[in-house]
Amino acid sequence: MNRLTLLAAALALTTSAGTAYAQEVSGNVVKIGVLNDQSGAYADIAGKGSFIAAQMAAEAFGGKVLGKPIEIVTADHQNKPDIGSNIVNQWIDTDNVDVVSDVPTSSVALAVQEITKNKNRIHINSGAASSDLTGKACSPTGIHYTYDTYALAKGTGGTLVKEGGDSWFFITADYAFGHALEKDTSAAIVGAKGKVVGSVRHPFPGTTDFSSFLLQAQASGAKVVGFANAGADTINSIKQAGEFGLVAGGQKLAGLLVFLTDVHSLGLKTAQGLVITTGYYWDQNDETRAFAKKFAEKNGGKMPTMVQAGVYSSISHYLKAVDAAKTDEAKAVVAKMKELPINDFFAKNGKIREDGRMVHDMLLVQVKKPEESKGPYDYYKILSVIPAEEAFRPMKAEFGCSLVK
Amino acid sequence: MTQKNASSTVTFLYIALLALAIAAPFFFYPQFLMRALCLALFASAFNLLLGYVGLLSFGHAAFFGFAAYVTGFAAKEWGLPPEVTIVLGALAATVLGLAFGALAIRRQGIYFAMVTLALAQMLYFFCVQAPFTHGEDGIQAIPRGQLFGLLDLNDSLTMYYFVLAMFVLCFLLIQRTIHSPFGQTLKAIRENEPRAISLGYNADRYKLLAFVISAGLAGVAGSLFALVFQIATLNNVHWHTSGEVVLMTLLGGLGTVLGPMVGAFLVAGIQQYLAAFGAWVSIFQGIIFVACVLLFRRGIVGEIIALGQRGPKAEDEKSVASTEPAGAPSTVAP
Amino acid sequence: MEIWAFLGIPPQALFGQLMVGLINGAFYAMLSLGLALIFGMLNIINFAHGALYMMGAFAAYLLLEYAGIGYWPALILAPIIVGTFGMIIERLALKPLYKLDHLYGLLFTFGLALILEGLFRELYGVSGLPYAPPPELTGGYNLGFMYLPTYRGWVVVASVIICIGTWILIEKTKLGSYLRAATENPALVQAFGINVPAMITLTYGLGVGLAAIAGVLAAPIYSVNPLMGSNLIIIVFAVVVIGGMGSILGSVLTGFMLGLLEGLTKVFYPEASNTVIFVVMAIVLLIKPQGLFGRAN
Repeated sequence: MNRLTLLAAALALTTSAGTAYAQEVSGNVVKIGVLNDQSGAYADIAGKGSFIAAQMAAEAFGGKVLGKPIEIVTADHQNKPDIGSNIVNQWIDTDNVDVVSDVPTSSVALAVQEITKNKNRIHINSGAASSDLTGKACSPTGIHYTYDTYALAKGTGGTLVKEGGDSWFFITADYAFGHALEKDTSAAIVGAKGKVVGSVRHPFPGTTDFSSFLLQAQASGAKVVGFANAGADTINSIKQAGEFGLVAGGQKLAGLLVFLTDVHSLGLKTAQGLVITTGYYWDQNDETRAFAKKFAEKNGGKMPTMVQAGVYSSISHYLKAVDAAKTDEAKAVVAKMKELPINDFFAKNGKIREDGRMVHDMLLVQVKKPEESKGPYDYYKILSVIPAEEAFRPMKAEFGCSLVK
Repeated sequence: MTQKNASSTVTFLYIALLALAIAAPFFFYPQFLMRALCLALFASAFNLLLGYVGLLSFGHAAFFGFAAYVTGFAAKEWGLPPEVTIVLGALAATVLGLAFGALAIRRQGIYFAMVTLALAQMLYFFCVQAPFTHGEDGIQAIPRGQLFGLLDLNDSLTMYYFVLAMFVLCFLLIQRTIHSPFGQTLKAIRENEPRAISLGYNADRYKLLAFVISAGLAGVAGSLFALVFQIATLNNVHWHTSGEVVLMTLLGGLGTVLGPMVGAFLVAGIQQYLAAFGAWVSIFQGIIFVACVLLFRRGIVGEIIALGQRGPKAEDEKSVASTEPAGAPSTVAP
Repeated sequence: MEIWAFLGIPPQALFGQLMVGLINGAFYAMLSLGLALIFGMLNIINFAHGALYMMGAFAAYLLLEYAGIGYWPALILAPIIVGTFGMIIERLALKPLYKLDHLYGLLFTFGLALILEGLFRELYGVSGLPYAPPPELTGGYNLGFMYLPTYRGWVVVASVIICIGTWILIEKTKLGSYLRAATENPALVQAFGINVPAMITLTYGLGVGLAAIAGVLAAPIYSVNPLMGSNLIIIVFAVVVIGGMGSILGSVLTGFMLGLLEGLTKVFYPEASNTVIFVVMAIVLLIKPQGLFGRAN
């Protein structure tokens, strides 16, 4: 059995290396692997919801592409790069997976990017934040779809400075993602003529008590306290900031990476007033609502996060590209994906750049007051739309992507 | 069954296992086999300490994971060949083992377990902070390189046989240690430390040496792991990994030669096949722990040996198999 | 005043951080007290202590969510529920392990912790569930050097009361003297007609109840999260090693002291705040291996 699949994989490799033959699909199936966190800190923002989104996309496409069935598999990487790379290696070596989708958690995403590059498979990332995926770690078969640290920093940092929040204090998770987010946001603040008065780094993972960092933020007198962390850390720090009276004392809180599910968990009473940059909000227009309604029916009533919506949109786009390229060979499909524009509920005139970055309009939203909300998931009011060309980092060679000349 | 007969049976068993291991990559996914072999080596090194000296270290991930970092760093940043990076990794683990061991053997029994755990946690936080480990990202894309400038380890079969060879080598080393006079002294200390001391043995020094050897071999396992998966991460130094190695050894059979291997293959299999189910991996591991402690404390191999030996031949092997890892004297006054 | 200039930090920051340290210390104290109690009486290192602390927080959350029972009743009910669960476990599983090496108790409770945390992760995810503090304890006081949320102040007070109460129970009451006697000489105490196994079960329940009550106290501060106890337990282990496991009062004092020390570290070198307790542990092991308050063995 195992030998057979190995053989099949070997055959698939040799045939796909030939390319350019019309209508060829490796292994006679287009296999999509949704790899994400299904039990850890990011299980709610991606997790099973992303798997559901991918299945919906395949169904909407008719379940077949180029006459071959579309199959979706999923696994839990537990936010650990070694477990993630183990799974992806096996998916490619023995299970004939064509594309790896979602992959939140930057550390795992970077590992997957490396493997898919070496083994010529596609990696469409929706869940991870690191802008290195289209910088130093960019790949000819890697696409970063939904958001990145730069877009978050630009949206939230830049806007708040314009609104008068011109002095900042950062509470930063002490690891690569936190540092990147702080660096990008500082740049955006300075760019908008604001200043950073201080920052403190909290150990990651394992910090549950943020009170001492909050006291420092309070003492700094900064107008805005920025949280360059994610998931449970952000939830805890925002919650405790309320407790220590930061907001009551006139300081503004900026969660740099906050998802709809985080707001749900915090409750509006605590989260109200937060300014957030997001790639998608379910209650934006009829199209977004239509998708959200269908999704929520399958996901126990939970509305989609931007990551889950991004998975749906990116898989649909991928399937269209396979159809147009008449093959599932990675490079040919990516070329098509970059050629075709993206127009759906998620993105209007979105396009995938040479470096793999999908650029689309981002939303700047503010969390509603409890009395403004009509019920669960009615959480955001949209402050403004950040146009695609402003939202994302310009494509320049200095950011280290070898695909950009 | 005569002694001679028994030993020829054992030799036959080893040869059969080796033949199986040589043929295995043609039937199973080599990456999985390599993972299991690394874990088996790790568990065997751990077993040397728990099974034969009766010391439960709850911080062995420190040696495994730190060696992985050192090997990964040396291979990636300095471009050193695998034979050198593995030695470096093992050396680093040995030095670390000396430092941890010197502190930890000052206490016994559960205290020893807690001290090793806390020390390992300290190293974990060091690895989180130190720039060379790249924190959460870990050291990625570690090159496997050319062994002795001749063998290209990027070929997965070549890598597999290299890992197998290293495993066999370390396995023989462990066997040699157990059966040497040094190993006999360790057993004597485990059975009755005050008596061993009164006989003039410096028990602490013996325990420390065993701890250091075990740490060094765990380091070899970690180094190989880094080269196989081309990644070295925090996960390898986390206390969950320390818990896993205890689980593998306990499941397979404490103080048995083949137990840790059996345990490692089973645990690696569970991780592989339950990977898609997230939290269930830990639930399942917990259930195995509980079942082992309550139902079969000898472990799988230990129970088999006990079954085969229900007879008069109740000497050496039996006493090992049936051991409640008695090293910690139950004399700790409440 | 020169001293502040010399230290390079404003006094407000120092006092504020010490206060925060004291609050953390309150949790360390309650948890290490439970651990010391269980160890002292049962000779078992309860690795599941962190998971039981988590269950305490969940019990409060579930009581509110499904039965509408609020914070104050939960403070009593949660420890009883989780404590009963602990006693059932003790009866079914821990009891056969007493005659074996202590390590088996450690391994069993480790497995138990994995199962409990895994189950709650599977059922509730890990992003954490909200639990609001009771209305009487919202708001805060301006102490001049810091803004102290009322709830945090309550945690310190509650923890001191609980710790002293436990100490009195063990050292000054009849029940406590039976408990102590039962561990010193079970056969003799049994001969006096006291049910020793029941005493032991009760002790385990008491230790577990302490963990659960700490969990309820923690619920409004940290979100209720299946993994909230899994890292804490290791720190508490270190606290117990530093204090020495024999002494109940010792473990409480050590808990508060190390909380303060951690607070200080956060002022001067925050990056090391996770490690400082382990460094202290290493030093104590070098100088006084049996722990600060421990008896030599």
